Amino acid sequence: MNPATSHPVLTDGSRLIAEACVRAGADAYVGYPITPASLIFFYASRRFPIALAAPDEITALQWMAGLAAAGHLPVSATSFPGFALMVESFNMAYMMELPMLVVLAQRLGPATGTATAGAQGDLLLLDGLISGGYPFPVFCIADIEDCWTLPPIALRTAVDLRTPVVLLTSKEMVMTQERVDLAALPPIEPVRRTFYEGPGPYCTYGADENLVPPFLPVGNDRHQVRLNASTHDRCGIIQHTSDEAMANTRRLQQKVEARTPVLYELDEQEGAQALVVAYDITAGAAREAIWALRAEGTPVSLLIPKTLLPVPAVYADIIDRYPRVVIAEENLQGHLAHLLFGRRIPPHVRLVGAIGRMVRPDEIAEAVR
Amino acid sequence: MSRFLTDPELPFCKGCGHHLIVRNTVKALEAIGVQPLDVVLVTDIGCHGIVDGNFATHTVHGLHGRSVALGAGMAMALPPQKKVVVYIGDGGATIGLQHILEAARLNVDLTVVVHNNMLYGMTGGQPSGLTPEGFRTVLTPQGYPFPHHDLPRLVHDAGAPFAARVVGLGDFSDVLRQALETEGFALVEVLEICVSYGVKMNPDLRLKELAQQAGYEPGVWTRPSRPAFRPVPRETSSLLDMEPVEVRYTSPLEGRYALVLGGSAGEGVQQAAELLAQTAIAAGLHATKKGSYPVTVGVGFSTAEVVLSRPPIFYHGVTQPDAVVITSADGLENQRERIRKMAGGILWLDASLPVPETGAEVRVRDFRGRAGARNAAVYALWTFLQETGVIPAEAFAETVRRSSLGQHIPENLLK
Repeated sequence: MNPATSHPVLTDGSRLIAEACVRAGADAYVGYPITPASLIFFYASRRFPIALAAPDEITALQWMAGLAAAGHLPVSATSFPGFALMVESFNMAYMMELPMLVVLAQRLGPATGTATAGAQGDLLLLDGLISGGYPFPVFCIADIEDCWTLPPIALRTAVDLRTPVVLLTSKEMVMTQERVDLAALPPIEPVRRTFYEGPGPYCTYGADENLVPPFLPVGNDRHQVRLNASTHDRCGIIQHTSDEAMANTRRLQQKVEARTPVLYELDEQEGAQALVVAYDITAGAAREAIWALRAEGTPVSLLIPKTLLPVPAVYADIIDRYPRVVIAEENLQGHLAHLLFGRRIPPHVRLVGAIGRMVRPDEIAEAVR
Repeated sequence: MSRFLTDPELPFCKGCGHHLIVRNTVKALEAIGVQPLDVVLVTDIGCHGIVDGNFATHTVHGLHGRSVALGAGMAMALPPQKKVVVYIGDGGATIGLQHILEAARLNVDLTVVVHNNMLYGMTGGQPSGLTPEGFRTVLTPQGYPFPHHDLPRLVHDAGAPFAARVVGLGDFSDVLRQALETEGFALVEVLEICVSYGVKMNPDLRLKELAQQAGYEPGVWTRPSRPAFRPVPRETSSLLDMEPVEVRYTSPLEGRYALVLGGSAGEGVQQAAELLAQTAIAAGLHATKKGSYPVTVGVGFSTAEVVLSRPPIFYHGVTQPDAVVITSADGLENQRERIRKMAGGILWLDASLPVPETGAEVRVRDFRGRAGARNAAVYALWTFLQETGVIPAEAFAETVRRSSLGQHIPENLLK
């Protein structure tokens, strides 16, 4: 730290997320208060050019879809009870191919659970969120720096892929205050948006080989725009199961699988026989565990996935290099482990989990030893 | 053919009132002099919703019951010369009633046309919230037993400048024109009988007499105009315009030190812990602070965990605290289990409290008696620093004095 150029403050991830979103070009926030996402709502209400208070989370997602259809780049933040209400509308935005970002701050469930306790309990929900099992991009914040760097990537992905995106986080990440050096935060490039400028007729879902159709807002004076949440053809006309409509539906999966950025941290140590895999709030505990293990002379490697869905193939490549794998996450079921291995966890894979508290570094270290 | 249509052959049953709604809509749009691309037609789920393909306007086909909220998002973002028209059925209006009332209350610039054919036509003729009492449906062959919602009056009460109900016969385009010309929210309920299910189950009923019997009174309900809700993007300033914490103290701490402060809500626990974390930063340390409290605000416990560390902090949980500072009975009760498990460390305890079972060294101090309930937390942390020297206590006192709390702290308390 250079005192002459540093700018230390005590702040929380919520502030960084809200500011990063605006700097990246998000221009509308639609909120409904819910712990632990209310801090983001508070900051967003001060910072976004347009900040709206919706009467419920279904309305929030619908207003966002309307704003996105008209050319805005909207953001909301919520937690499971609110996100549950958003699910059908999120599917709608996915089918209409509308860019938006939902920050999902996890808390302890089931149901209302404990609003003021953290958890990592929603990943499997996200995996099956879209009816039919279609993937959408889910990125996950692993430390407070990610609160600054990941929102722009998530928003850029939403625009580039014309899709709703979830930025996954949790209570202890967005509500804990910590020392942040503001001078060390990298600059944020605004997301560049381009709208269709070609001749008519414009087909709302007419994608070329890059799989993402050019976007044009409703209400424009040049071309008719047809958005449709039901099965539709390239031009947005409702269909039953025509070949063209099925090809369009298949494209939704193809574009997300082909074009979602793959983000992860990999810290491999020579001679390591064990790999620790951890994401979200547990990534911090994993870093401390790695540090302690290496200090005592135990070589160990660390993988922190930040693109959670669709699951990047490279994670399997990395994991396959190790005779022992420890996956740590703040739940009982092993959500990421389930995504990586299914219900049959191989014998060389150990799961470390907890509910009602954070996973501790010593628990991870013990599983490695 | 009207310039608002691409195909005059509408996809509805023969004799369905939806034909008339489309024709009257088109006539009203022509009357107000807009162009097709000035109009966004938002449709719901139901037979009316398959008409998108016939319109030359922008078209948006959404979810069941959500079209008003979806259209509201667009109307908030589009300029006043653009018209957002929402088609919704009686079933959609039932499931999405909250969206309708909210759009009316905010005065979102929408024209909502409710196709009230008295039942769910697309799914087999089930009753909706707008089915009139006595009306026979496949689920209520003896007659529907409940009264219907009165939508125009509901939205009128919610603040809509324009609400109307028409019997869906003949030319009602002038009512639709008035709705389209309204600044803000307008709703027109059009009464029909579903020819597939309504007429079959109620063969003797005629639309006008049904409307009369059911108390479906045609009319127009207006309020004085008020500005439509169209949020204007505003200039805002960065959330990062924060005063840096100036590093001007030192700390002897080389490793990590975890402290738990437990007290009562409303007694400044969280603020005191935050000031401690800020002081740590001012002393060149890394620091984290997190709060824990029940979902009720203002009563019960309030606990804060502060980690101070020379190396960066990756894990900010507290497993084995080095210090637990308790200022009230709420805080003691909340932390009792952790205190019981402490095999080392120090417990600072307010003198008013019973000494709990613990393996920690216990130091009883008169926080509340000396500082009062409101300042007990700050005083307790200052005491903790005085006795440990983890950070200079004077540095903490200075941070407190510079904070919003400073003016409320007695001058000699932190000396």
